[in-house]
Order: sequence, then structure tokens, then C-alpha cells
Amino acid sequence: MAFYEVTFVVRPDMGKADVAKLAETLGKIVTDHKGSILKNEYWGIRTLAYKINKLGKGHYTMLGLDCSAIALKELERQIGINEDIIRTMTVRVDAMDATPSVMLQQKSGDSYEAA
Amino acid sequence: MNEQRTPRAEGAATEGRAPAGRKVFFRRRKSCPLSGPNAPAIDYKDVKLLQRFISERGKILPSRITAVSAKKQRALSQAIKRARNLALLPYVVQS
Repeated sequence: MAFYEVTFVVRPDMGKADVAKLAETLGKIVTDHKGSILKNEYWGIRTLAYKINKLGKGHYTMLGLDCSAIALKELERQIGINEDIIRTMTVRVDAMDATPSVMLQQKSGDSYEAA
Repeated sequence: MNEQRTPRAEGAATEGRAPAGRKVFFRRRKSCPLSGPNAPAIDYKDVKLLQRFISERGKILPSRITAVSAKKQRALSQAIKRARNLALLPYVVQS
């Protein structure tokens, strides 16, 4: 078991409820593999710093997980199949606490703005 | 850095023998903004923090300008690259 932060970006034309549902189904993969979800953060629709698949915005969601490598592999496979997810990144972290990440603390900074 | 502590009187005395172009005025080196007890943690999600260390063009600023320590600069560049991957930061800003 190890801690992972899985962040993924969903197409902006999806509804907020759909994104929450998607995060739930992805989270179920982890719980089915005896992993646990420590964080489920929805960062909202953010403007992308550059266009991905001709899209300028996206729903950002981050899952904080404590799971095995097998569970993570299956999760990443499912993310790869899903066409609504336009970008994803998994980072292994040493420790994870329940406090919400910086992204939720500084809600004012909606997105990157050229300085 | 050593010359900084050289007494002024001595500098004046050796003025004649000082090599040409030797700087007389030294600016004190700034300390690392990411080290110390209440320094912010480097995190790829902290876009506001990372933005301070990239140029207008979107490039990572060298540590000799930002005075970030070598260890923190490595962590910082890793974090910026992760943020770029998630489109939180740009790879390049076209102007």
C-alpha cells in the first residue's frame, strides 16, 4: 500500500454531477481492490494554461488514495479508456493528511494568468 | 563572498595593487525564500507559489536570480514540470 495523488481533467461540456459520478466510479475501482480514498477534491472548472484537444477549460478532480500498485494500474487503465478525461497525472507521495490541498484553500486564484 | 568581510581600510590600502575591474561594491546575498522554518512547501498544486519562479515567457527562473537553494531548486523545477503537465502552468507563453 502506498499513497498516491491522482489528478485528472475532464471535458468542460460535462456537468458537475457527471464529474462527481465519474470520480465515484473511479474510486470504486480502488475500494474494490481493498484500497481507500482519503481525499476527493473537486477543483472546479479551470482555464487550462494551454489548449488540450482544442479545449480551453476543464473540470479538475484530485483523488488522494492509499492503495496497492495493482489497484492503481487498473485505475490508470480505466482512465486511459475514458474519452471524457483529457489529461491525467499520478504522483506518489510519502504521506497524506486529511487537510484539503492548497487548491481548495486559495479559491480566488481561478487559473493561471500571464504575469 | 570573502571580500565582503574585508575591512574597508585594507581595501583602500591595497587599492593600487587591486586587479583592474575588481568590484568594490558587494550586494548582500539574499537567503533562500523556500528554506527556513516558515517557508512554504513546494507543491505542484500551489500555482500561485510556482508562478513566482517562472519568467513572463513561462521559463523556470535560474536560482542565481531567485536565490533558491540548490536542493529546493531541484524540487521546484520538478513541481513546475508537474504543474505544466496538468495545464496549471504554461510550457511557453506566446507573445
